[in-house]
Amino acid sequence: MAILVGPETKVICQGMTGRTASYHIERAMAYGTNVVGGVRPGKGGSRHLDVPVFDTVSDAVAETGADASIVFVPPPNAAEAMIEAIEAEIPVVVCVTERVPVLDMVRVKAALEGSVTRLVGPNSQGVLSPQACKLGVMSTVHERPGSIGIVSRSATLTSEIVAQTSAAGLGQSTTVGIGGDAVHGIGFVDCLQLFLEDPETRGVILIGEIGGAEEEMAADYLNSVKASKPIVALVAGRHAPPERRMGHAGTLTLFGRADANQKIKALRFAGVHIAPNPNDVAETMRQSLE
Amino acid sequence: MNLHEFQAKKILQGYGVPVPDGGVAETAAAAERVARGLPGKRYAVKAQVHAGGRGRAGGIKIVDSASAVGKAASELLGQTLVTEQTGPEGRGVRAVYVEEAVESKRDIYIGVLVDRQAGKVSLIGSQEGGEDIEELAAAKPGIIKTLLVNSDGSAAKGAFESFAKKLNLTGALVKKSVSLFHGLTKAFVQSDASLIEINPLAITPGGELLALDVKMVLDDNALFRHADFLEMREKDELDPVEMEAQANQINYVRMDGNIGVVVNGAGLALATHDMLSDAGGSPANFMDIRTTASSLDIAAGFDLLLTNPNVEAVLVNVHGGGMQRCDTIAEGIGISMKRSDCSLPIVLRFAGNNADYGRTLLGNYGISYVEARDMRDAVERVMALVRSEAA
Repeated sequence: MAILVGPETKVICQGMTGRTASYHIERAMAYGTNVVGGVRPGKGGSRHLDVPVFDTVSDAVAETGADASIVFVPPPNAAEAMIEAIEAEIPVVVCVTERVPVLDMVRVKAALEGSVTRLVGPNSQGVLSPQACKLGVMSTVHERPGSIGIVSRSATLTSEIVAQTSAAGLGQSTTVGIGGDAVHGIGFVDCLQLFLEDPETRGVILIGEIGGAEEEMAADYLNSVKASKPIVALVAGRHAPPERRMGHAGTLTLFGRADANQKIKALRFAGVHIAPNPNDVAETMRQSLE
Repeated sequence: MNLHEFQAKKILQGYGVPVPDGGVAETAAAAERVARGLPGKRYAVKAQVHAGGRGRAGGIKIVDSASAVGKAASELLGQTLVTEQTGPEGRGVRAVYVEEAVESKRDIYIGVLVDRQAGKVSLIGSQEGGEDIEELAAAKPGIIKTLLVNSDGSAAKGAFESFAKKLNLTGALVKKSVSLFHGLTKAFVQSDASLIEINPLAITPGGELLALDVKMVLDDNALFRHADFLEMREKDELDPVEMEAQANQINYVRMDGNIGVVVNGAGLALATHDMLSDAGGSPANFMDIRTTASSLDIAAGFDLLLTNPNVEAVLVNVHGGGMQRCDTIAEGIGISMKRSDCSLPIVLRFAGNNADYGRTLLGNYGISYVEARDMRDAVERVMALVRSEAA
């Protein structure tokens, strides 16, 4: 069992014929992901990587019954691709594209309102259910099927924690990268809800960082529900110099909800176990499961 | 991308936002000429730097004659202005903006930004404005009012009117501010801005609204559709080292310490800094190698790190992902170290995609390094190295 995706998930890829997309889709297929088609306007009717290519998402859905899409469309058209997938009522959409203009994401958020779609990303490494479905671009070296749900704002830290949880014998039910952009699809709260409902997930790891308010909202949510499973959090950036933009981490601090120590305090108050350092996240989870 | 005040004012003026008459000048003589063409007898001479807090730092001078404008400009031009937002190195002043000095009966604050939680454009305002707005907002949180607007910048009928009233605007000022809000939110959306601040927005003794200072930041990711804005970009806005890194797909920030840090991914980089700082270490830089960086990009990034004379040891912490693998990074480090003949001690921690291959590649380049098995081990080993240097 997993959240968002599983072995039955039928995946299409938007922007499939590009070089990067081809590279990653080929690997996803080799991993066992059930890729049923691709979308590339103007190339409908052709085949790529041995699956059919369609002009539109709705054509692809009608022909293949796809229920997930991964978007590799470059920034100028990425928002339109996401909106097309939302309008075609695809339940799970991952957008890998980096550097999507923020006001385009404001339009995508408006399209998401009242829709059936859960959007993951943009600027996301995607969703991975070990040995079942890889809807993303993450490495698959250290992951093992298991019982820990991981939701993260950072791709490389996710790889790190995946390796740790595998080494600790815990494995992962699903890993979700919510993406590093200011405006994005699902967040920590949505993933926490899904993981708490998932019978195969025994504990959840949140990987947060400075900037934004994902961690504070997760804390608010956990204060409002009685979490039946241990939650462990790592918040990176306690020693980041203030007011500097560090890659995707960092944002306007106008509303004062960005400091790593405040996030840690809020999460701890909500009953979350705080990992003392990035090296001991799995160990913190192992102890809290005992 | 940050805009200068004069650039931002010009854009907003195009959307009907009232600003004082003024002009930009790069020499004292030009500043004086601008002043002679302005109405009124009092002038503001303002340093054009990409940082707030100019007023408190002496970057704004109010004078009473055109010749005094020339004198004020000659004092500001070429000066390095240090404000609370520039850092100790300050910013060089290459242009001044000369405008009619306007009397204000009351200062208010207006801003537009993207509310990341709501995923919507948000108009924010405070009935009191001025340079102390952040302290004011912290002291009186209720004073900041917000209004979420539509993705095209429009608002529900009557929403701008009630927003104006929340800012204690009354009478004819309501209509004037509503028109300003329309223009401002439209300018925000059509310019792909990520921040616009008017602070202060003055209410003049004659009952007019006037944007006295404007700060505007554009979304770098949207510049592909704004070729006109790209021309406004200043080459020296970023530190030249940071610019060079950006051109090579690397986010790089210089810091004060003695440990050079090489990491892929912003989150892992922040986490590495946390562990290093907790262990009493002091990073010489922040480096996040993007997924799109090639081995030559990485070599250029490593070259930058080697130009920092404070670096005594290098910590490489790479977790090879699906898009950026250890071998690519190993190759970049190898190229850079070979061509620079560098002998700095390196602690290397490779994990994930192609970690073994990456280590083999470094060995093929003839580079010796201390191998670490995990993050803690890596931090401990690099700390031991810098401690022995100090001893």
